[in-house]
Amino acid sequence: MSGSYYIPHETKWPFLSTVALIILFVGLSNYLNDESDLTLMFTGLALLMVMIYGWFSYVIKESESGIYNAQVDMSFRWGMAWFIFSEVMFFAAFFGALYYARELSLPWLGGDGAKVSTNIVLWPQFENVWPSNGPANYGGDFIHMKAGGIPALNTLILLTSGLTVTWAHHGLKEAKRNQLILGLIATVLLGFIFVGFQAYEYMHAYSDLNLKLTTGIYGSTFYMLTGFHGFHVTLGAIMLTVILFRCINGHFTNQNHFGFEAVAWYWHFVDVVWLGLFVFVYWL
Amino acid sequence: MSANLEHAEHHQPSGIMRWITTTNHKDIGTLYLFFSLLMFFIGGLMALVIRAELFEPGLQLVVPGFFNQMTTMHALIMIFGAVMPAFVGLANWQVPLMIGAPDMALPRLNNWSFWILPFAFTMMISTLFFEGGGPAAGWTLYPPLSLQGGNSMPFVIFSIHLLGLSSILGAINIIATILNMRAPGMTLMKMPMFVWTWLITAFLLIAAMPVLAGAITMLLTDRFFGTSFFTASGGGDPVLFQHIFWFFGHPEVYILILPAFGIISTILPTFSRKPLFGYDSMVYATASIALLSFIVWAHHMFTVGMPLAGELFFMFATMLIAVPTGVKVFNWVATMWRGSMTFETPMLFSIAFIVLFTIGGLSGLMLAIVPADFQYHDTYFVVAHFHYVLVPGAIFAIIAAVYYWLPKWTGKMYDEFLGKIHFWLTTIFVNVTFFPMHFVGLAGMPRRIPDYAVQFTDFNAIASVGAFGFGFAQVLFLYILYKALKDDVTVGEKAWDGAQGLEWTLSSPPPYHSFETPPKVE
Amino acid sequence: MKIIIFVLLSTLMPAVVVADWETNMPRGVTPTSIAAYDLHMLIFYITVVIGILVFGVMLYSIIHHRKSKGYQAATFHESTKVEIIWTVIPFLILIGMAIPATKTLIMMEDTRNSEITLKVTGYQWMWKYEYLEDDIAFFSKIDKDSNKARRLNSSIDVNKVEHYLRNVDNPVVLPTNTKIRILLTASDVLHAWWVPELGGKKDAIPGYINEMWIDIKEPGIYRGQCAELCGKDHAFMPIVVKAVPKSEYHKWVSIQKDNRIATKEN
Ligand code: HEA
Ligand code: HEA
Ligand code: CUA
Ligand SMILES: [Cu+2]
Repeated sequence: MSGSYYIPHETKWPFLSTVALIILFVGLSNYLNDESDLTLMFTGLALLMVMIYGWFSYVIKESESGIYNAQVDMSFRWGMAWFIFSEVMFFAAFFGALYYARELSLPWLGGDGAKVSTNIVLWPQFENVWPSNGPANYGGDFIHMKAGGIPALNTLILLTSGLTVTWAHHGLKEAKRNQLILGLIATVLLGFIFVGFQAYEYMHAYSDLNLKLTTGIYGSTFYMLTGFHGFHVTLGAIMLTVILFRCINGHFTNQNHFGFEAVAWYWHFVDVVWLGLFVFVYWL
Repeated sequence: MSANLEHAEHHQPSGIMRWITTTNHKDIGTLYLFFSLLMFFIGGLMALVIRAELFEPGLQLVVPGFFNQMTTMHALIMIFGAVMPAFVGLANWQVPLMIGAPDMALPRLNNWSFWILPFAFTMMISTLFFEGGGPAAGWTLYPPLSLQGGNSMPFVIFSIHLLGLSSILGAINIIATILNMRAPGMTLMKMPMFVWTWLITAFLLIAAMPVLAGAITMLLTDRFFGTSFFTASGGGDPVLFQHIFWFFGHPEVYILILPAFGIISTILPTFSRKPLFGYDSMVYATASIALLSFIVWAHHMFTVGMPLAGELFFMFATMLIAVPTGVKVFNWVATMWRGSMTFETPMLFSIAFIVLFTIGGLSGLMLAIVPADFQYHDTYFVVAHFHYVLVPGAIFAIIAAVYYWLPKWTGKMYDEFLGKIHFWLTTIFVNVTFFPMHFVGLAGMPRRIPDYAVQFTDFNAIASVGAFGFGFAQVLFLYILYKALKDDVTVGEKAWDGAQGLEWTLSSPPPYHSFETPPKVE
Repeated sequence: MKIIIFVLLSTLMPAVVVADWETNMPRGVTPTSIAAYDLHMLIFYITVVIGILVFGVMLYSIIHHRKSKGYQAATFHESTKVEIIWTVIPFLILIGMAIPATKTLIMMEDTRNSEITLKVTGYQWMWKYEYLEDDIAFFSKIDKDSNKARRLNSSIDVNKVEHYLRNVDNPVVLPTNTKIRILLTASDVLHAWWVPELGGKKDAIPGYINEMWIDIKEPGIYRGQCAELCGKDHAFMPIVVKAVPKSEYHKWVSIQKDNRIATKEN
């Protein structure tokens, strides 16, 4: 009927996912506009979860029943690789903003570079020292986040988790189930510990350092970059958990385990982004 | 297009459920194309509101705030709703047919990419009916003005996020299809030009759309969460938004033209009965345009007061794009040269494309000259430039593609005589509409104004007449499509005697799963 | 019919059209505007020649190489030689354009050695002008007549309003033959200060200062308007510059100062 390539015949999941997404966004918009509370948004979110669950378990069932072939596998690989590339570009926008603030806008405000008059006429009292919350001292005086301590520890955690997931992958390829499952458990744990530390760090920043989202450009770039990263780590850890349960249930063979690899790629991607963050947000 | 039904599988749902659940590249292609046609008319209607208000000086029809909403929505709808989905629709139909594949690589994702669109646009357009109206800061959404928007703002931003999601998923699918589903023997350098241009466009989409998502996310947090990306007193800069936006925006305009280049490169050889001249250099030129497009963004911002070195760099890089684009134009002319040409409707639109796109490209080159751009910027000269590359550029190519492949898709031929009338009306009116905009622009009329000083009256009146004429001509297009589907003028496998390519080896319309067994190429 | 004739006339013979059919950039009265104009014309002529060549070849081909004339298609489809030629020649043409453009740009960006400094601040929807050396400051907004006529269905014939949308209550007065440095900023959103005859525009950005310079060579009244979308009344924040000889300018300055002292004492 469909030759050698597997083409799914009909599907309701994408359409329903869109409906869920729209409910989510309408709910969130109304909330932001002070028109409603978050009920609608959470309804959408819950629906979205259901949809994703339904969609993915369907795909997993198909995969386990062996109807995919090498070519389908390759399509998934290209798909995942380019998806990760799109995520890289998303982060690039925020790194770009950080670069711009530090190398262009703050120096201009402080009287360096091309726009001297800006400082002389508009912000005569402002001196540019990174980290900065701008000439109007947005959010009040603050203490910035140092690279040592938790961030350094988190770097170690994330790098280790990159190793454990690779170790698990070797276990899978060599049909050592125990190594696979242990490796995954370790990775998931490390992932959630990382998120836990991030959450702790945020609370610390808010309550002790007076470092907030509203702390000028430093607060903006700090929280948006680390926040989106933390969000991605959370997603990655959830996906790893799913993979872990699939492994426990005996899914994947040593030849055929794209689901595992996709999540591992994703995990390495959040790892690399973290290194960028550690260098440019915390360290330099 | 209902002709497909007889090939449908027995277990396939019928009626509306067929379209909601379909994973078939042809069905989804058809959905995309109809959706884009609808959006073109809605966006066009908004353009007519603009043109009607600008017919004479003084305010006659709308208040300025609403006018700005029309300008903003017109652009968003035309770009994200009309041109991009039309190209994706064409890719859906043609890429599997042209590379000898049974379908797209990721059919469920394909369904998702499409169905996001109607919802996202409903959300976006519905803001026009809000108290306080829709977005009114121009399609470029520059802060701080865009931060002053009313309740519409989060809706518009999230709808753009969704459109971006749809584009990225669509692009991923197209790349995966092209890289993974080609018939045995079809090496990359044997791929049809249309497939090549889409491969590169998909790359541009994946690289550019997430950056837009980042930019509008920052707008959202600046407005609702107290960040200060775009506020000087917090250490940010409104111009930062422009940098991020145009880092997306300039590749975006090539997203709107590269598939058109592919279409023209397909149609010209057919009706010249001569192979495309310089295939290899066409591929390299397209790739160069795509790569260069990432280092020219600030030519939209020459007046923001960049340091001199920046202005010079972006001027030189922008000018450089004329070289590969010129290579394309010259290769097209060389393809026509000493061919054995006939002038069916798709060919006519393609020839008009080359001429009028080149005019738009040349005015683009003038805009790239920084000292002169200080005068041109934000005037109707710019409006003239980009409508020349977008309307007789992108839109003409889409129309040409529809005429060219309609027989393949439906097995039915359109009325050639009416097609020619459509062509002449469209081409004449497009020039009547947009050519005078060069003049008023140079004479000093800024863009995005609902009312103007009286010395601009005459050319504006002409442009408005042209716009309505152009609109009527597109109603004729609708009729031609309707007539082609209704009448029973059938065609064989090969609708055009000079046509080359795998799609013409299949029946018209093609079977439900295009190539069940992959064909062999050479 | 009249319109069709006008279209033909105006597209084919720009030179014959009258004032209201203005089709080109004004040459202006400052070194910067003149340089921009000259560059504009140079590039324009080059592109016209390129256009004529390309379209000429196409037209020849369309006329002669058609099937209906029994023309047989050739089979050639590549030539590295011509590809190189039509890559290199455009490149050289571009270099030819880039050189004068670079020179002009460097000249335009040089704001040093100015004699007076005018600070311009964009507001929604008017301009504030400050003469930094002389401590004069005032707002300038659209004049009353235009403002009345511009309302939706005002039933005033705008053609009868003098300088409709191009007139203000308080024009900026500037001396001729003086290098004037203009500092641009804004209080709320982006605006752009643009008087075509005085040369290009620059954006006014809240929180930042942009600089440009002008040196008006001829006395006169020059009109322009805001050129960056700034909200609903973007179309209605005109600019009027009154350029007067230096002596007259100094007189104006002292009157302003007297007025200021007078209002202060009140
Ligand atoms: C399909 C869309 C499309 C395309 C293809 C282009 C193509 C080009 N554009 Fe355009 N542009 C837009 C869409 C597009 N543009 C839009 C939408 C805007 C406004 C956005 C907004 O503000 O809302 C804009 C604005 C815009 C600006 C900013 C103007 C301003 O706001 O001040 C500039 C400035 O440099 C510019 C330049 C160019 C150049 C150099 C090209 C080049 O790629 C053109 C190259 C082609 C040729 C040059 C012709 C063919 C070549 C030859 C025949 C060879 C020989 C030629 C020479 C040697 C000269 N464009
Ligand atoms: C692909 C993109 C695209 C397309 C196809 C168009 C198509 C058209 N555009 Fe648009 N335009 C933009 C992209 C596009 N535009 C962008 C990016 C801007 C900048 C926005 C900004 O500043 O932020 C812009 C801005 C813009 C302006 C400037 C507004 C301003 O600065 O204030 C104007 C003014 O004339 C205009 C006119 C038109 C017209 C007349 C058409 C015509 O080609 C449309 C023709 C179509 C129809 C007319 C619809 C079909 C027919 C019917 C609906 C049936 C009914 C018809 C009749 C009864 C007559 N456009
Ligand atoms: Cu001020 Cu436009
Ligand atoms: Cu551009």
